[in-house]
Amino acid sequence: MTRVVLPELGAGIEKATLSYWYFQDGDKVTEKDDLVELTTDKATFNLPSPCSGRLIEISFREGDSVNIGDSLAVIDEEQ
Amino acid sequence: MDLKLFDLGLIDYPQALSRQREIFQAVYAGQLDSALITCRHYPVITMGRQIKAGNLLASKEDLQRGGVVLYQAERGGDITYHGPGQLMVYPIFRLDYFKRDIHLFLRKLEEFVIRLLGDFGVMAQTRPGLTGAWWNEQKIASIGIAIKKWITFHGLAINIKSDDLKNFSLIRPCGMDIRMTSLESALGRALEIGEVKEALKRRLEDDQSSLTGIRRGD
Repeated sequence: MTRVVLPELGAGIEKATLSYWYFQDGDKVTEKDDLVELTTDKATFNLPSPCSGRLIEISFREGDSVNIGDSLAVIDEEQ
Repeated sequence: MDLKLFDLGLIDYPQALSRQREIFQAVYAGQLDSALITCRHYPVITMGRQIKAGNLLASKEDLQRGGVVLYQAERGGDITYHGPGQLMVYPIFRLDYFKRDIHLFLRKLEEFVIRLLGDFGVMAQTRPGLTGAWWNEQKIASIGIAIKKWITFHGLAINIKSDDLKNFSLIRPCGMDIRMTSLESALGRALEIGEVKEALKRRLEDDQSSLTGIRRGD
C-alpha cells in the first residue's frame, strides 16, 4: 500500500484546490500516470502516480481544498 | 540547461497547444533538455475548470462579431483572453532546475519579463500577492503555468499592441477587476512584436542563467 500525498510545491504554498481526478476509485494506474490535478492561484499541478497498482481510498473530491502533506488516496500495489 | 527555442508565429490556440504537447513529450523523453516556445494567437478566450459564472461578459454574438473563439482548456483556473497583439512565451522546463518549487519558478519568470520590459525602458513591477508584471498599476504581462510530470508548460502572455487590449473587456481577466495595459501604451509609441522577440532572444543569450540557472539541490 502506498499513500498518495500532496508533496511540497514551493515556499509559501500551503494548500491547493483539487480540480480533477484522472481516475476513479478502483481503477488501475501505472507509475508516472497523471493521477490528479490540483490548482493554486496561478499554477495547475498534475501529480504523477508514485507507483503502479489499483487506486483506492480516495479521500478528497474535486473542489476540495487540500493541505500539503495530506493523503489524497492509496494505491494497492498487489492488485 | 540546454535551451532550444521554437517560434511558431501566428497560430490557432489549439494548434499551438498540440505543438506544445509534442515539445513537452520531447523534453519528457529526454530528447530535449528544455524548450522555450514563442508565438501569437488568433483571438481566443480560454476557460479553465474553475471558471465562475459571470466572468465571461460577452454574448456569443459579441464574440462572433469580434472574431473571438471560445476554448475550454484542460487546466485549472478561470478565464483569460489571448490575441495577436500579445507575445506568448511557453517555457517547457524541468521543475527540478527550480528545486521543484512552483513559486520560485513563477518568481523567475516574473523577474525575466520585468528585465525584458526594462530593455525597452519600461520599469514594470510585481505586486504583492499577485502574479504577473504590472506597470502603472495595470497588468502588462500575465502568467499562468501548468506542471505535468514535474515539467512546466503554458506560461507567459506579454501585452505588446494596444489595439488588442479592447478584447479584454469581453471577460473579467482571471476573475478579477484589473486593468490591462500594453508595452506600446507604456512606451507611448508603436512597436512591432518582432522587436520584442529579438529582445527576448538577446536576453536569453545574455542572461540565460538568471532564468534557468538553478539546479535541484543547489
